Amino acid sequence: MKFKVNDVEVFASTGGRPFDKNKPLIIFVHGSGLTHMTWVLQTRYFAFHGYSVLALDMPGHGLSGGESLKSIEDMADWISEVIDSVGYKEASLVGHSQGCLVTIECAYRNPKKIKTLSLMGGAGAIPMNPELLSLAENNDPKAVDLMMDWAHGPAGHFGGHPVPGLYHINTGGMLAKSRTIKNTLGVDFRACDNYKNGFEAAKKIKIPTLSILATGDKMCPVKEGKKLAALIDGSKIEIIDNCGHMMLLEEADRVLKVLKQFILTNFPVEKH
Amino acid sequence: MTDKKNKGTDPKTYKFDTLSLHAGYQPHKNAGSRQVPIYQTTSYLFDDVDHAAALFNLERGGHIYSRISNPTVAVLEERVAALEGGTAALATSSGMSAIFLTVMTLCEAGDHLVVSSQLYGGTVNLFRLTLPKFGIKCTFVKPRDTEGFKKAIQKNTKGIFGELVGNPGNELMNMPEIAKIAHDAGIPLMIDATYQTPYLCKPIEHGADIVVHSLTKWMAGHGSSMAGILVEGGNFDWMQNDKFPTMTTPYEGYHGLSFAEEFGPTAFTMKARAEGMRDFGPCLSPQNAWNVLQGIETLSVRMQKHCSNAEEMVKYLSNHESVAWVSHPSVPDHPDHELAKKLLPNGKGSMIAFGIKGGKEAGEAFINNVKLSSHLANVGDTRTLVIHPASATHSQMDEATLKFAGLSHDMIRLSVGIEDIEDIKNDFEIGFRAARKPRLVSNQ
Repeated sequence: MKFKVNDVEVFASTGGRPFDKNKPLIIFVHGSGLTHMTWVLQTRYFAFHGYSVLALDMPGHGLSGGESLKSIEDMADWISEVIDSVGYKEASLVGHSQGCLVTIECAYRNPKKIKTLSLMGGAGAIPMNPELLSLAENNDPKAVDLMMDWAHGPAGHFGGHPVPGLYHINTGGMLAKSRTIKNTLGVDFRACDNYKNGFEAAKKIKIPTLSILATGDKMCPVKEGKKLAALIDGSKIEIIDNCGHMMLLEEADRVLKVLKQFILTNFPVEKH
Repeated sequence: MTDKKNKGTDPKTYKFDTLSLHAGYQPHKNAGSRQVPIYQTTSYLFDDVDHAAALFNLERGGHIYSRISNPTVAVLEERVAALEGGTAALATSSGMSAIFLTVMTLCEAGDHLVVSSQLYGGTVNLFRLTLPKFGIKCTFVKPRDTEGFKKAIQKNTKGIFGELVGNPGNELMNMPEIAKIAHDAGIPLMIDATYQTPYLCKPIEHGADIVVHSLTKWMAGHGSSMAGILVEGGNFDWMQNDKFPTMTTPYEGYHGLSFAEEFGPTAFTMKARAEGMRDFGPCLSPQNAWNVLQGIETLSVRMQKHCSNAEEMVKYLSNHESVAWVSHPSVPDHPDHELAKKLLPNGKGSMIAFGIKGGKEAGEAFINNVKLSSHLANVGDTRTLVIHPASATHSQMDEATLKFAGLSHDMIRLSVGIEDIEDIKNDFEIGFRAARKPRLVSNQ
């Protein structure tokens, strides 16, 4: 569906079901340079099981208007404004990679508004490889190719997509190339590189939090995810083996199973 | 994103020859089986009611019924998508069903397509005679008439379709320029790249949006199994205009799903599967998918041999006293030679058209007397194949259509195999001798 935040059009997938303000809201926040489509194998479950879902295209990404936001802090504030714009007072957040930094910062800034955090391939900081950052800022498609290489685990490089007929690396690459690389990936990578508040923000978070990490994640390794989780009171960790950074697609079913269990327990439909 | 080990390096994603052997398959999820298993089954157990509903709602990936998808077929689909540089693929029971499914996913009654005039005869009949019965009309344009494609586009045109190298005349479409014409009009370019395989050309890299193949041909190579496939490039913006409402508006058949919104770069394939395979059902058998996979494992080495043999045959035929003309993009005076160098850098393919002196009668004598070369209605076999199109593959065309399609009665279509080149030449000598004295030979 389309709606406006600060007079700029925003696109969000509602998981194939009409958006219903009477249902609890889950917001999915994509990673650097990507779009709402990375969440297709998680969102539809929740949309068909009593939740309202918004898998956002961040400003300047996918089908959303505007320009990419330049800092993680701005993105966090924007997520809060999304919640207001669609008429809600609270939401659960799910983030992937850069989306984890955004949702951590958002939860830190809005402790009453955010009810649970689910972090996939997250870390407290995501310093960028200088070469990758430079390529992205210079609009070089090699940045996307490198990201797709590093983002997929050994198994994901072969394929074996859970949806018959889809090929991981080319699909991900096409998503990342769907807009001008320097304006999406370049801006996002710089925002990640500049963000320094993740660990401090994590210490202040007091809501149920889940970290899903993958043993083959070269971009946000398990040890970095564990370091972050250790700072959040009562944080739960799930580790997916034989999988890379794109766990939400590479091992979509295993990720969904863990996410379902966490959200149905900590943000149940019945309470709303 | 701190992968220090990879600093200063190029991506380590697998290359073509490796993908030919491995793409789409994970042994650890299949009992460690090194070879792709043949899932010879119609249907798949659901864990519970919730799981069944999730699969039907497209909430999660997986298999329901082998008409829609099958694990062995899915390996083939991913492998071809990987080789073509596509986001997704959908395998079908034949190349013709891949074309039909592509058109029916794209078009509705009242729509129009612009189509190259040089196509396999069966494809011509589909576009000229069968699709109009579904309310879809076509305008044919000669493949070299790039401006003609632009002029033929109407308000209700939904796409441009052609074979990169036309069958059987070997005329090339200027794919990059025609892609631009299509995209300027907000419509996709669909290319049948059966003759090339992704080893010779990846049309998506040159602007094509959908690629179709008859996998029966070079991709399989062995001539044992029928199969087809459509591959999606993932770059076409279905939401840029209102021409494709079935892609961009809520679809009643899946709880109001909008394919373009939900699946983006794989939307076309998702719709072709969810609607087309469900409603038309031209599914590929797992056995045939497996057979094709065996062929794809050796695609590179076979294509190299096909192309080197073809270039040898071009030289041989060009200097032969019984041959009136030879058409192959490798020939410097071929009108599309320069374009072919750009689009087909790894080889110009193994299809040769040549005219035999003595016309139709000589052509028939040649076909009737070769021994090693097989006279049959296929191309892209590892074995050398010959046919006289005007009396076989294109025989259902009238005289005017034959002429428009660039066919002549003296034309012989040669699909060069990978036998020893001297044996092929020796076989052709037998045919040519018979062609020079048709009555004498036929009385022997």
